[in-house]
Amino acid sequence: MINQREIIETVKMIGEYHLDVRTITMGLNLLDCVSPSKEETANRVYEKIVRNASTLVATGEKIASTYGIPIVNKRVSVTPISLIGASSGGYLEIARALDKAAKEIGIDFIGGYSALVQKGATKEEMAFLDTIPEALATTDKVCSSVNVASTRAGINMDVVGKVGKLIKEMAYLTKDRESIACAKFVAFANAVEDNPFMAGAFHGVGEADKVINVGVSGPGVVKTALEKIGDADLDTVCETIKKTAFKVTRVGQLVAQKASEMLNANFGIVDLSLAPTPVVGDSVAHILEEIGLEQVGGCGTTACLALLNDAVKKGGIMASSHVGGLSGAFIPVSEDIGMINAVRSGSLSIQKLEAMTAVCSVGLDMIAIPGDTTAEVISALIADEASIGVVNNKTTAVRVIPAYGKKAGDEVEFGGLLGRAPVMAIPTVSPLRFISRGGRIAAPLHSQKN
Amino acid sequence: MKAYITVMGKDRVGIIAKVATTLAECKVNIEDINQTILQGTFTMVMAVGTDESNMTIEEIGAELKNCGQELGVEIAIRHEDIFNAMHSI
Repeated sequence: MINQREIIETVKMIGEYHLDVRTITMGLNLLDCVSPSKEETANRVYEKIVRNASTLVATGEKIASTYGIPIVNKRVSVTPISLIGASSGGYLEIARALDKAAKEIGIDFIGGYSALVQKGATKEEMAFLDTIPEALATTDKVCSSVNVASTRAGINMDVVGKVGKLIKEMAYLTKDRESIACAKFVAFANAVEDNPFMAGAFHGVGEADKVINVGVSGPGVVKTALEKIGDADLDTVCETIKKTAFKVTRVGQLVAQKASEMLNANFGIVDLSLAPTPVVGDSVAHILEEIGLEQVGGCGTTACLALLNDAVKKGGIMASSHVGGLSGAFIPVSEDIGMINAVRSGSLSIQKLEAMTAVCSVGLDMIAIPGDTTAEVISALIADEASIGVVNNKTTAVRVIPAYGKKAGDEVEFGGLLGRAPVMAIPTVSPLRFISRGGRIAAPLHSQKN
Repeated sequence: MKAYITVMGKDRVGIIAKVATTLAECKVNIEDINQTILQGTFTMVMAVGTDESNMTIEEIGAELKNCGQELGVEIAIRHEDIFNAMHSI
């Protein structure tokens, strides 16, 4: 029998401390939609998504009202479109079909306009990469990702060089909308096939036909739990985070089980990530500050983040039968009010953020940089981030927005969950000669595990 | 189905009576009531059974919300599974 104190605790977590399920993401295999005809492929893609995911939103709402827990996003991820469109070459037709299907079924985003080119790219994949800026500029719901590196394969610097140029093109094509296309694109190292979060979600080829992945959240719940322990030592801090992460993840497990039953899909994973929103009381930065930093970005930030990330995983792992996705703490700048404030006050630099990505869940996320940042600087930033991922055997990513016409200190407003971002200064010294060399950076020694 | 109803807000005359009446109209059976004043806030937890009701949990929730608005308190109903998931292994 559950006691009254526990019931009130749950109710307060949801009502006052912003505990929510961040996303129910349905992964859909589209390999059976391939056809030599562009139109036919696009039609099959549209039909398969609508047929399988038409009740996703209603199911999410039904679960939300039964358990009284907000489910913020309902999303779909699909097999990388670089594979689905390779036979017909109709990548942009498929992008439009994805967008139309997403709007038809009422989901927030659809991910998978993606390519996995960490070692090499086929000529079809190179053609696909060229379509990404137009696909993102001319659709609303489609998200795109490119895996440029892995611990096993090393870093594909030819693609890294190209991606810098693509990001500049995305920024230009959406210059009247704060360069928003860049917010829907991410470059990965060690991308995972069951990530429920955007912009990087895609449905891996090793997955079943239809899979439910759930991402939980709850930075506010963790911060509130830490407030209650005052100045207790770090062992107590870790234990408190673990206990909270366990409870949060149990909700994710329950929702994932129910959603997969109701949607007749396989239960994939629960992603343990602490995902912030721009709302006050839902910030990862504020957790780090509660641990004892005056402001995030100063010395000690990386250590606090490492502690948090590790404790979240340890607490969450027993709460779910299958943990996966990215599972850690996200540090997107534009989506976290504590990060935004730290950038505004000058405490948090892009160099510190890069250090933080070595110990957090993903990488340089939702960072606005000056619009005149060159393509080679962006490529070099991706190469740096990919190196951290490859060497540390973890996922890293870059989602930067070179906001057209903006300079350091300006702000860009994306709205909704994407938030607003102060434009951050980035070193302008040129890595052009390095990026122009092309080729591959070899896999590190410790990738040789067999 | 078993669910928990939580009522929180400023104390006043007639909260339990009105909530109980609403539940009776929905044919929801009250199995247990626990009520206290927590840090100055009226806090009530009810364990209920909905098997005799022909309403869905969403419909019952909507009735309770209206009831809460009239009383100036927050009322919510949640399936017991969310509490079991969080607080028992």
